[in-house]
Amino acid sequence: MAQSAVYPGPVMTADLRTTAGESLYPRLEPLLAQIQKPIQYVGGELNAQLKPWETADVHWALMYPDAYEVGLPNQGLMILYEVLNERPDTLAERTYAVWPDLAALMREAGVGQFTVDGHRAVRDFDLLGVSFATELGYTNLLEALDLAGIPLHVVDRDESHPVVVAGGHAAFNPEPVADFVDCAVLGDGEQAVGDITDVVKAWKAQGRPGGREELLARLARIDGVYVPRFYAVSYGPDGTIAAVTRTRDDVPERVGKRTVMDLDEWPYPKTPLVPLAESVHERMSVEIFRGCTRGCRFCQAGMITRPVRERTITGIGSMVEQGLKATGYEEVGLLSLSSADHSEIGQVAKELADRYEGTNTGLSLPSTRVDAFNVTLANELSRNGRRSGLTFAPEGGSERIRRVINKTVSKEDLVRTVTTAYANGWTQVKLYFMCGLPTETDEDVLEIADLAVEVIRAGREASGRKDIRCTVSIGGFVPKPHTPFQWASQASPEVIDNRLRLLRQKINEDRKIGRSIGLRYHDGKPGAIEGLLSRGDRRVGRVIERVWREGGKFDGWSEHFSYDRWTQSAAEELAAFGVDLDWYTTRERTEHEILPWDHLDSGLDKEWLWDDWQDAISEEEVADCRWTPCYDCGVCPTMGTEIQIGPTGRSLIPLTVV
Amino acid sequence: MARQPDGPPPPPTVQKLRIRYAKRGRLRFASHRDLARALERALRRAQVPMAFSAGFSPHPKISYLGAAPTGAASEAEYVEIGLAVRCDPEAVRAGLDAALPEDIAVLEAVEAAPGTGSLADRIDTSVWRLELPGLSLTELAPAVEKFLAADVVTIAKRTKNGLKDIDARPAVASAWVGDEAGCAILHMVVRQGTPAVRPDDVLAALAAVADLRPPSPPRAVRVAQGRLDDTGTVADPLGPDREARPLQEHAAI
Repeated sequence: MAQSAVYPGPVMTADLRTTAGESLYPRLEPLLAQIQKPIQYVGGELNAQLKPWETADVHWALMYPDAYEVGLPNQGLMILYEVLNERPDTLAERTYAVWPDLAALMREAGVGQFTVDGHRAVRDFDLLGVSFATELGYTNLLEALDLAGIPLHVVDRDESHPVVVAGGHAAFNPEPVADFVDCAVLGDGEQAVGDITDVVKAWKAQGRPGGREELLARLARIDGVYVPRFYAVSYGPDGTIAAVTRTRDDVPERVGKRTVMDLDEWPYPKTPLVPLAESVHERMSVEIFRGCTRGCRFCQAGMITRPVRERTITGIGSMVEQGLKATGYEEVGLLSLSSADHSEIGQVAKELADRYEGTNTGLSLPSTRVDAFNVTLANELSRNGRRSGLTFAPEGGSERIRRVINKTVSKEDLVRTVTTAYANGWTQVKLYFMCGLPTETDEDVLEIADLAVEVIRAGREASGRKDIRCTVSIGGFVPKPHTPFQWASQASPEVIDNRLRLLRQKINEDRKIGRSIGLRYHDGKPGAIEGLLSRGDRRVGRVIERVWREGGKFDGWSEHFSYDRWTQSAAEELAAFGVDLDWYTTRERTEHEILPWDHLDSGLDKEWLWDDWQDAISEEEVADCRWTPCYDCGVCPTMGTEIQIGPTGRSLIPLTVV
Repeated sequence: MARQPDGPPPPPTVQKLRIRYAKRGRLRFASHRDLARALERALRRAQVPMAFSAGFSPHPKISYLGAAPTGAASEAEYVEIGLAVRCDPEAVRAGLDAALPEDIAVLEAVEAAPGTGSLADRIDTSVWRLELPGLSLTELAPAVEKFLAADVVTIAKRTKNGLKDIDARPAVASAWVGDEAGCAILHMVVRQGTPAVRPDDVLAALAAVADLRPPSPPRAVRVAQGRLDDTGTVADPLGPDREARPLQEHAAI
């Protein structure tokens, strides 16, 4: 590539040829003795799987493009790892982003990107599946491709190279990485990976007819699989997209997402991986439902994973039981986008607490909605384990802004709920907020301080204790595709940093109260880059590549993230197109602008999204379709799906004494 | 006054087991904290009836003794666990061994005999074996001789507060060399103490006295730990417990 000549970057120059499936471990081992935290590269986790190479027809390398400690607990990857390895004709191994210390030694010694299970070269696999929970992992994808010896650009790959498949929430707009990924899977992966495996297996068995092009064309005909190279994008004079057109008539005009129905039939992970190394989540997790229809307008996850599909109480019970036996963890996280909303949550918590009485097994929910919290539930959750802090996510500081984002809760209810928690023995409460929401003013953010002060004052009174604490955690809002805020202007880092500064001043005004309030925040700069990558189009790929060539990686880590490198690369690479960083971030879009992801179908009706955006501006709320009539977001009829919720009326039978 | 959870205190420790285990193969790259986590989870999977501390955050009663450094293998790591129900030590050993990864082997478990003193008091020395790939015996032997002949060998050791000069010589009670399949082997008996002298420090000392620089990183194995006796070897730290306690009745686990 021309760019390589200008920016040589950290490229792999060694010859990486190996015998397919051979272990690189003997060559890796001497390198491990020279680096930090070598344990993350050796594999051998409890419940890891290793199959002989030649017993499988199709080989998948599954990557989480961040450090091992972040990637290992990822549920999505763990699910696909099991689902794929259950097939006798398929082998799946895991690979993670390699830290710069080892990457440098690997380039020196000519050791390619490897899997941690069999230490096999990623280059040898048929497929490289990469799960993007956040767009800040894109530079790590390029680093891994280079370390693997896979050409960065899809156009430079031949049929001997792995097919690079992107998944995860960020795959709902894969356009910024369209030059680097062969396909993207939209929506739930459990069934899609099986379909992809079938296609690859058949193509290989037939002697690879038509080469890579034919394989990708066959993949493009699988429901939910998007192959960017078969779609051409043209731009108008103002820089916006003029048209997205398919270049073959045997691929769909719009690609729709996949949805797994009946979660009880997909009880994965059955045997969660347990690392020796420390990871970000020292617990096992059971997903108690998927999807959310609360309608929070900022929340991409809630929009693209509709409808709500609950796992039943008995399904949850057996996953908890099997998972605890298989792992030895002492805490079980009941995961979902809003766990207290499960139709049987009270019963689930009580019956699980009964079941594990006396075993020091704790239950936890991720952040709880203020309006779904009750003390009985919280007591059941902490009955056998540790009474750690409680976390609520009001997200918006004022009642007004909470109407804008459609997460309505009154200040009185918020204070009452948190006070109840203090009165019942919790001493730590964490509150999550966002800054830079559409229509937000300084006053909206400053109300967070009033709220925190009120919470501490009322909490001290109700509990009779002085040592209660409230931590306010706040981050910059990034507008995401497929949400009503996809048209919004993103607040600039200067606006966000200024509001956070004002907030900090106000919290510290009254030291007697302020000392009980902690403030944790991130500056607005990484959010601006996340915004560029979230709502970017194919032109942004040039920026990502430039940043990586100049040494950018691990952008989710403040010690590696360089805002200057990003802004400078963006300015230089985008100038030729007449657009810039602000054009992608702070610019408000108009109703009929073709958005880069319009040909990717999350099921949401674009008109409904626009109307909901207008409702947001006029501070109008929308209710949850689980409890009120359908408001025509479009997902169920488009995707042929339906809401699946309880209660089932079933209960957990006590287990025989262990 | 610290608040206490409602309900009765946890059951007391009724039996202490002292355990020797090995870390081998790939798991030589596990740190002490990694091993501690793996052990605690394995105790749960093996359903060993652990005694717990009281309070809102009950912890299983486990005491660790000085761990081999990350990157070094070991055949002699020690840990002591407190049980709430009496168990057959051999059954605990087998159950725990099965619940741990293959590269961690639980080698022995004995009941701590009352009145014989603490395990920590029976360990002050490590016996090491270092494989030095790519180095020949003829290169290694004179360097080791030179090191042993020296009174003081100062090396720079990396600590939390930056580099610090230490004398690596006094901790090394004895050292001898050998070779296997053309690979030089360094054996040594090293006293534990402060500042700790680890295999890497001895190699740094060999570089300092004889400019010896192995072409690739050594593979170190801690072969034994115990109290250094007059003969220059170490005594089995579990010996006193084994001698003090004949067979006894135990609850099955």
